[in-house]
Formats: sequence, C-alpha cells, structure tokens
Amino acid sequence: MWDYLKLVVLGLIALGAAIVANKAHDLAFMINAVEVMLAAGFVFLWTLRKMDEPRQPVLQTEYMDGVIRYGVVATAAWGVVGFLVGTIIAFQLAFPALNFDWAEGYLNFGRLRPLHTSAVIFAFGGNALICTSFYVVQRTSAARLFGGNLAWFVFWGYNLFIVLAATSYLLGGSQSKEYAEPEWHIDLWLTIVWVAYLVVFLGTIIKRKEPHIYVANWFYLSFIVTVAMLHIFNNLAIPVSFLGSKSVQVFSGVQDAMVQWWYGHNAVGFFLTAGFLGMMYYFVPKQAERPVFSYKLSIVHFWALIFLYIWAGPHHLHYTALPEWAATLGMVFSIMLWMPSWGGMINGLMTLSGAWDKLRTDPVIRMMVVSIGFYGMSTFEGPMMSIKAVNSLSHYTDWTIGHVHSGALGWNGMITFGALYFLTPKLWNRERLYSLTLVSWHFWLATIGIVLYASAMWVTGIMEGLMWREVDANGFLVNAFADTVAAKFPMYVVRGLGGVMYLAGALIMCFNLWKTVKSAPARVSSSTAVPAE
Amino acid sequence: MDTYSLLREFADSWMLLLLTAFFVGVVLWAWRPGSRRLHQDVANSIFRNDTKPASDGAKPSSGEART
Repeated sequence: MWDYLKLVVLGLIALGAAIVANKAHDLAFMINAVEVMLAAGFVFLWTLRKMDEPRQPVLQTEYMDGVIRYGVVATAAWGVVGFLVGTIIAFQLAFPALNFDWAEGYLNFGRLRPLHTSAVIFAFGGNALICTSFYVVQRTSAARLFGGNLAWFVFWGYNLFIVLAATSYLLGGSQSKEYAEPEWHIDLWLTIVWVAYLVVFLGTIIKRKEPHIYVANWFYLSFIVTVAMLHIFNNLAIPVSFLGSKSVQVFSGVQDAMVQWWYGHNAVGFFLTAGFLGMMYYFVPKQAERPVFSYKLSIVHFWALIFLYIWAGPHHLHYTALPEWAATLGMVFSIMLWMPSWGGMINGLMTLSGAWDKLRTDPVIRMMVVSIGFYGMSTFEGPMMSIKAVNSLSHYTDWTIGHVHSGALGWNGMITFGALYFLTPKLWNRERLYSLTLVSWHFWLATIGIVLYASAMWVTGIMEGLMWREVDANGFLVNAFADTVAAKFPMYVVRGLGGVMYLAGALIMCFNLWKTVKSAPARVSSSTAVPAE
Repeated sequence: MDTYSLLREFADSWMLLLLTAFFVGVVLWAWRPGSRRLHQDVANSIFRNDTKPASDGAKPSSGEART
C-alpha cells in the first residue's frame, strides 16, 4: 500500500516537473525542473522494480552503514570537483584569458566562483558532516539510525540539492547572497531534506542505549539546528513567479546585509566549526586510541562556542551603513571567541599526550594534528582581522581569502581526510589502508599547498591594502586599482600552484581509498575469536 | 515604547543576565562533585559498541570495552 502511494506521489512530481520545465521563464529553472523530473522518474522506476521483491526485515542489531559508505564516496568525489573548480578559478584570476569567449556566461569566473564555494563547503563538507554524523551518532548511542530509509532520503535529497544548485549557478540562477546563492525553489527543497536529517539524528539520540550523549553529538546537533534556523531566516524571499527562479528578498538594505552576515558568519561557526568539531571529538580520540584530554573542557568548549559565535557576524560589515554599536559588538564577541577556540584546540591536541610517538608512525594522526593546528591558527587570525583597525587594512583584500582557505583547506579539509582514512577500512571491513606511504604523500602535498596558498594571500592582501590607502603629499591616491591587480600577478600564480598541490593530494587519497576497498586484506572478524557470553 | 527599544532593553538586561547565569551554571555543573567518574565513563564510551548496537538486555557499559 505504502509503495503504491509512493508511486503515485513520485509520478505526480515527475509529471508536474515536466509541465514546469515546459513553461519555465528562465533556463536555470527549466533545467532544474528537468533534473527534478529525472530524479523523480528514476526513483519511480526503482520503486516499481523492487515492489515484487520480499521485504527484508530491518535488523536493529546492525548499524546502518550503507548510507555512510555512499557518503564517504560522495565526500571524496565532491572534494575533487570542488578543489578542481577552485584551482581553475585561481588560474582564471592569474590569467584572465582562461575566461574563454566561447564559455562566457557559463564558465567565467563569476559563474564558477559560487560553484567552487558551494562544492567545497556544502558538497564536500556537507556530505562529510552527514556521513560522519550518521557514523558517530550510531556508535556513541549504541543504536541503529532512526527512521529506516529516511537516512537514504537525506543522502540522496542532499545530493540532489547540490546538483540543482550547481547547475542553477552555471545558468545564472543566484540570489546574490554569499554562501546562500541557491534560489527559492532549491532553498525549499533543502529545508525539507534538513528537517528529515534532524529527525534521523535526533531520533537516534532519543533511542540511544548509552545514558549520556557524547560531546560530539552535541556539536553535530547544534550544527543541524542552527543551520536550519540560519537557512530559513536568510532565505526569506518571495518568488516573482512560481515558474521562474527569480525571487525578491523580504529584508532590504542594511537589515538584509546584517541578516546575510549573521547567516554567513554562523555558516562558518556552525557548519564549518561546530560540525567539524564533532568530527574532531570522535575521530581524533579514536585514531589516537585514547579518550579526549578533558571531557569537562569539551563541555565548556561547546557552550562557550554556542553562546559567542552567534554574535560575531557584524564584523563582516565594519565601516558600512551598519550602526557603530553593532559593529563593535560583533568585534568584541569575535575577540572573545579566541578563548573557546583555543580551549578546544588544546583539548584536541592534548588528547595525544602520552601518545605523541604516533605522530612519527601514523600519517593519519599527523593529518588530524595539522588540522587542529590550522583550527588554532585560523581562529587566531579571524578575531585579529575582526578588530576594526586591522579590518580597515584587510577588508576587501586577498587576506580575507587567505584566512578562509587556511581554515577551510587546513582545518576542514584535513580533519575530513583524516576521518575518511579512518572510516574507509572500518566501513568496508578492511584490515588497514592500502598504503600509508600514499597518505604521507597526500599529507605533504596538502600541507605545502596550504602554506603556499596562505602565504601568497597574506603577501598580496597586505600589499594591496597598503597600495589602496597610499596617498601622496597632496592627499591624492598614488595607485590606480589596475596597479594593484598587476602587482598581484606572481602571488596569484603561487596560489594556483598551491591549489594544484592540494588537488593532487586529494586525487592520491581517492586512489588510496579505492585500492583499500578493492585490494587491502579483509579484516578477520573479531567476534569469532571472542567466546560467546 | 516602540518594539525596538523594548526588545533592546530586555536584551541587555534580563536576557543578558539569564544567559550569563546559564553559562556559569553549566561550568559549575561540569565541575560538580562526583562528575569525574561519569565524565571518564562518557569519554571512554566511544570505545564501546564499535561494530554492533547494544542489545536490549545488556547493560550499556558492558560492551567491548577497551583500555
């Protein structure tokens, strides 16, 4: 009965999408409708083909790992896509001729840039967060995922969201809000998927067998809840037509700017920090085979971070129409964030105390430690840049881009790679990774790539900031804007090379993970060696 | 009083006090007497139930414990 209902709904969605595609006002909306039609049609056929098969009973005595395996593959694949697009646009900035005439309006910098940011943050980072949270919440709750196939809906629904957003960007669909570019119809779809994600995660916590909720789950849960709230408020918009992608924001002017950066900074704070701290609090102790340094500190870390981060957004709007007091408030809270950030960093690093020798033998631990190091560095740099005097130099320059990348490539990227290296042998039941030498290669390529990237951006950012403010004895500006662009060329090439190295490392990782699944020796099941209770 | 002023006054008086008190309470609660053993047990919970969910009858902490 349930299957028939599903078929009817899927058929109606596919039909509706086909009608919408036919009547769509713009190309981005039409292609999105076609994608929805194909997705619904595919699920329709798949459901139909499986209807006569006997239903397998769900084993509550097993973890639901299939969806996590898909998540690991998606994370690695989207990572490569995101890094590749990033490297391309880095070279487009260095060599503008790479904005080819024949691809103008589709593959030029302006269209590819949101594709890059969304691919790395939401596709790579988002898939990593979803699959690791599913892994961690099951193990720390000692319970199978709640909601049966709802977890599959979350995975496929989220990846459909990414495909819809990516194609929409290339065809010109964008509401021009940084990190929140998807238009209203894609936002609505993400809201549905996100609620399902919350249900799966929270349901698993509620039916847990462990008495306490492990701290990693607190971080994951705060990430899910806060991102839902941010997403809804920043995307309050009224569509111009239900057959087109254009929409108009409900807020306007400085209110809109404030809501955008309240969203934008908390996307950093809760998506890229709280969620990934959940990863840190599980995978670092697991890989080091020691419990976290101080559980008390982790509790204080959590609450301090939650209380402070939500206020830091106004530092993106220094010296704008935003009231002075709001900017000062954002700056003060950003500086206060130093403390929980460094407390968390110390907690992560000190987990290795007594096991520092592992740094020499285990490149995966090395990756995680460097990741925590970059967390510390970028959470030092960020508050410093939020100080008004520093911001007057750094704002609108490449320093900001360098800061973002030392956080994203260093902290988010490296902790995710560490988690993938940890998860792959476990999920595919392998004894070990295919090659630790290749992990070392990945480690060094990625680290040197980040160092090249970040140092190039420091130099070019501070240089252009100083050039912009340089005046002669009569008070006239010394440099034209084009002068700064010309002066930045060598650093742009170095930045692009850093990107190439980081991408090469990620490709090595994909090869290594693939070979781990295909040819590493299978793990001898430990349960056979343990006598029955 | 207009909505803005009203909310503003509430935010930087009672709400601020409430949130600060909550945070101080969290810290005190974390360091309450007797929390050490519980926290040690929780910190070690990641080394249990690695391959299978806990069965209904079993005590939660009697899984595959590791050192």
